[in-house]
Amino acid sequence: MKFVDEYRDAIAAKQFVEAIARVTTKEWTIMEICGGQTHAIVKFGIDELLPKNITLVHGPGCPVCVTPIELIDKAIEIASRPDVIFCSFGDMLRVPGSQKDLFLVKAAGGDVRIVYSPLDCLKIARENPAKEIVFFAVGFETTAPANAMAVYQAYAQGIKNFSILVSHVLVPPAMEAILSSPLTRVQGFLAAGHVCTIMGYTEYEPIAAKYQVPIVVTGFEPLDILQGVYMCIRQLEEERAEVENQYARSVRKTGNEPAQQIIREVFRIVPRKWRGVGEIAESGLGMQEKYQAYDAEQKFGVASYTAEEPSECISGLIMQGVKKPNECSAFGTRCTPENPLGAPMVSNEGACAAYFRYRRVELMATQAEV
Amino acid sequence: MKNGKEFTLACPIPISQYPQVMLAHGGGGKLMHQLIEQMFVPAFHNSLLGVRHDGATLNVGGAKLAFTTDSYVVRPLFFPGGDIGTLAINGTVNDLAMCGARPLYLSAGFILEEGLEMETLWRVIQSMREAADAAGVQLVTGDTKVVDKGKGDGIFINTAGVGIIEHELTIAPASVQSGDAILISGDLGRHGIAIMAKREGLEFESEIESDCAPLAGLVAQLLGAGLEIHCLRDLTRGGLASALVEIAEAARVNVHVEERFIPVREDVRGACEILGFDPLYLANEGRFVLFIPASQTDAALRVLTAHQFGEGACVVGKVAAAPQAIVTMKSRIGGNRIVDMFSGEQLPRIC
Repeated sequence: MKFVDEYRDAIAAKQFVEAIARVTTKEWTIMEICGGQTHAIVKFGIDELLPKNITLVHGPGCPVCVTPIELIDKAIEIASRPDVIFCSFGDMLRVPGSQKDLFLVKAAGGDVRIVYSPLDCLKIARENPAKEIVFFAVGFETTAPANAMAVYQAYAQGIKNFSILVSHVLVPPAMEAILSSPLTRVQGFLAAGHVCTIMGYTEYEPIAAKYQVPIVVTGFEPLDILQGVYMCIRQLEEERAEVENQYARSVRKTGNEPAQQIIREVFRIVPRKWRGVGEIAESGLGMQEKYQAYDAEQKFGVASYTAEEPSECISGLIMQGVKKPNECSAFGTRCTPENPLGAPMVSNEGACAAYFRYRRVELMATQAEV
Repeated sequence: MKNGKEFTLACPIPISQYPQVMLAHGGGGKLMHQLIEQMFVPAFHNSLLGVRHDGATLNVGGAKLAFTTDSYVVRPLFFPGGDIGTLAINGTVNDLAMCGARPLYLSAGFILEEGLEMETLWRVIQSMREAADAAGVQLVTGDTKVVDKGKGDGIFINTAGVGIIEHELTIAPASVQSGDAILISGDLGRHGIAIMAKREGLEFESEIESDCAPLAGLVAQLLGAGLEIHCLRDLTRGGLASALVEIAEAARVNVHVEERFIPVREDVRGACEILGFDPLYLANEGRFVLFIPASQTDAALRVLTAHQFGEGACVVGKVAAAPQAIVTMKSRIGGNRIVDMFSGEQLPRIC
């Protein structure tokens, strides 16, 4: 397939692996930010192919995993109302709140719908004037432009029965939080290519300089990741700490300016709580004053909800790259996709789900040679 | 941390078993498997049910029969490459074929929703008649119920089928052995993408048609060629991945496949890339996996590729003896990973 197969070529992959091995002289720990990268790494067995002295650790870049439990509770409360059609990307439906998830709300009769674009919600709103349509606006800078556009268009078209439950988070503050933690072992980053497609990478330059870490904007195909690792290791070995762009076919330094503009029009930067991590200043997006009428938290009076996250699992440590999923004592035993202790085990982009689905180490170790 | 707080390394409350039936309990993945193993099998347990096959194999008055049932709840009712009627016939015909049986007789139960257009029902019935003729089966008994408007999805159909087994082989998951070759009868995922594209109004450059087809004729040719078939399984909900996991667990073997051998049409792969789906888990309605001794691979491929429903047949892997009953896959770039069942259904990715 054009522009996909080229990035999954076995011969080129082998050449990259050999090149990485040639330049690696010390032990290095690199974090891939995005959950999509984590899944590609374990799905294609990339980590297995790398030299043993390179450790890849997984970052907080799964939008499902970082959405705080109280926001799931708010979503469940709103979705349970008989006058509401609650729309969401599919992945959010199986994330546990304090008591249940959105799939259970649906099973109990709630009108919960999976949509492929927030703009679909406007059509649903026009077709159902007697109902309130709510969209669960989760994700990083990647999903923010389309969500902002839905609000912008609703405002322009005078659609009153639509609102969004905002849970947007921003990547750079999370990277700084990770680097500031005394527990951190991250020496370099593979930055999330899709986020940078929207935002560019100028905002990473002060981080690379301040914390002296190389940051390589990296895509999601196996060869992207291998090249990103190669570029990052080379910087580490050469004691450089710069921002480099591996994903140049998609990412420009200044990003997608119209997309940034619509984000700024509808959203403003606010403090945001991250699931398993806690509140990080200036790390999220909230609604601009002009669009308050489209803020579901206000509309449905759930803004003051709080919920405590129990402490049985170590997802916070995993999302900071301090531990790997298989280093958790509950992994694959007390914590499975059917009975998860935390969101990273249920989300499609969650690190624990990736390890469970593709890499149950104890099984691989005993597997017969074929 | 920027705000001076330490990380609080906590996590959400556990959710245990679902107290209600979820859509995913019918998705062909791990939840459905659990439902069957934890509720239906203990309640109805007997030696025939314990075989975990697509149908039951019965000895009746000296004859060896296969017996199966399936229900069809597809939305939309009509889709590129077929409709609920063709599915209802072919699905049950294929389940019988996977037992190595020659399908003979089918029943059909219709649950119709009040308000359904007669013309729609007539179109479905015509499709069923044509599919039955093509598969060489007769529909010999049936039932009709009507439910209130809003309590159904237009038409639900249940079909059951009986076929006769005219050979001495034991075609079942437990017969799979170390050293077997694993073949599939063609490209994967077309049915799943065709349905989703139609249902969600997704438009791709070319229309993707379902692979819906009756497989009994092809299986009969394999049997006629004298091949020592160990196991057959049609790749419906849950796709190739779920079928392989079920068989690996039933036979207590390591099933190993290679990604580069698994055929997926370019348009289906493209749709999967856009949606974030793995074609290994997509539904098919005209594809099956075949386990045979490796020495018979060439002979099986000759039969398969000469048939219209096996044109794209190929070898995708092999069976090894292993302490763990798992499915492993070598990726395109050479890394290894486990292939597991999905816990629920595949959901489109967020970004």
